[in-house]
Amino acid sequence: MRRKLTMTVLILISIILQSTVCQMISIASVKPNLLIILTVSFGLMRGRRSGMLTGFFCGLLTDIFFNTIIGFNALIYLWVGYFSGNFYRIFYDDDIKTPLFLISVSDIVYGIVQYGFLFLMRGRIHFFYYLGRIILPEMLYTLILTFVVYQILYAINKKLCMTDRGGTDSFVS
Amino acid sequence: MKKKTNDTLKNKSILIGLSVLCTGLIAVSFLENDAVSPLRQASGFVITPIQKGINGFGSWLSGLTDNFEDAVSLRKENEDLQAKVDTLTEENTQLVQDKEELTRLRELLSLDEQYDDYEKVGARVIAKESGNWFQLFTIDKGTSDGIQKDCNVISGGGLVGIVTEVGPNWATVRSIIDDNSNVSAMVSTTSDQCIIAGDLRLIDEGSLNLVKLTDSDNKVHVGDKVVTSYISEKFLPGILIGYISELNNDSNNLTKSGYITPVVDFRHLQEVLVILQRKEYVPSDSVSDNSGSSGTTGKAEASKESQAETPAQTETSTDSTDAQE
Repeated sequence: MRRKLTMTVLILISIILQSTVCQMISIASVKPNLLIILTVSFGLMRGRRSGMLTGFFCGLLTDIFFNTIIGFNALIYLWVGYFSGNFYRIFYDDDIKTPLFLISVSDIVYGIVQYGFLFLMRGRIHFFYYLGRIILPEMLYTLILTFVVYQILYAINKKLCMTDRGGTDSFVS
Repeated sequence: MKKKTNDTLKNKSILIGLSVLCTGLIAVSFLENDAVSPLRQASGFVITPIQKGINGFGSWLSGLTDNFEDAVSLRKENEDLQAKVDTLTEENTQLVQDKEELTRLRELLSLDEQYDDYEKVGARVIAKESGNWFQLFTIDKGTSDGIQKDCNVISGGGLVGIVTEVGPNWATVRSIIDDNSNVSAMVSTTSDQCIIAGDLRLIDEGSLNLVKLTDSDNKVHVGDKVVTSYISEKFLPGILIGYISELNNDSNNLTKSGYITPVVDFRHLQEVLVILQRKEYVPSDSVSDNSGSSGTTGKAEASKESQAETPAQTETSTDSTDAQE
């Protein structure tokens, strides 16, 4: 119960920060992607199911609030969460290299999917422009932010595991 | 071991179930846009007040730093402004005279001053779209202040965008620089019709695409004013968009295209004005009837533009109507 509540609050906070604070700290009008960090982190730290659900709700809420196509972001984040959940158990989640790698891959894939479906379909064919101007800068900025945000999320998750089932939770899934 | 396989199976079924749900939602929002708006209303009700608060904090912070600005520069600015006031006063008297003449002439022409003063409401930008791909933003006023879908949004004397979604205390605005945005416009000097299309690749340069300009007399020049057209379905006529910065002949030699520089500074948009009056939606067949009665040239131009728009823009047409609806 407490975990669900925390997750809901975390998702809401991320979305609100993404649409307000991220816009203030944007460099060259590129913002980092907090939601990818949240989704990948929880997929990695808690397994496929958590990753999927976190991603799904993150995406759904952004869709509801900003996009005209509901379900599009939800679908991407859902698969991102599932994908990163596959690395649960394979890597130790206190090692920052794995999340960094996963987040950069996910963010690039996210960017390419966005471009492919929302821009290429409308005849915007200059892929390399968008790659260099938006996808890669967004990834770099997100990576930098990961160093800070992942530590926070890691601490929150650890605390959740401690209070949930006496510290065994992260091993029994 | 068995538990593990069971778990994987369950995870897979959740994944597939949710994917199907998403696909369904995508289909629904493509086919029936209104079906999802209650969801938006509900989420906006929760999220908007928080965004407003956070943004208020942010502007308070930036206001704090502004206070440290040097007094010297302020004094200099004051001097400059004083000089400007002088010139403006001079200009103003001139303009007042011109205006009197204009009203006189208008009365002669028995034109209503219907586009002179729209009722407007000021609003603050409180959030921007979460990704880097689209240029949508949320403002802190909604239906309770009289804002409706398709209301035009202006700032600093120029067109900013159009309201695409509205809730009781918030509204989503699509800027004209958004990649999906297409605005029917005209060159104010010659009344030649064109289309102003947003392009993500031009945002850094601070310009917009100008396409399908019919200028058979070669009278349009760089620097000319571009305003919203009277044949636009969603935009009120005569709102300034920007100035032409580049103009080239298209390969078909019939139309021209180029770039315009918008008057609005989209990067530092904080406050906007929403025009409460909306352009009345008239079905397309009665539009041609109306313009037929008002004058043959208007009709000819209108039909020319709609012809120009249909064949080449089939790809973007669904999006563009979305953007303007």
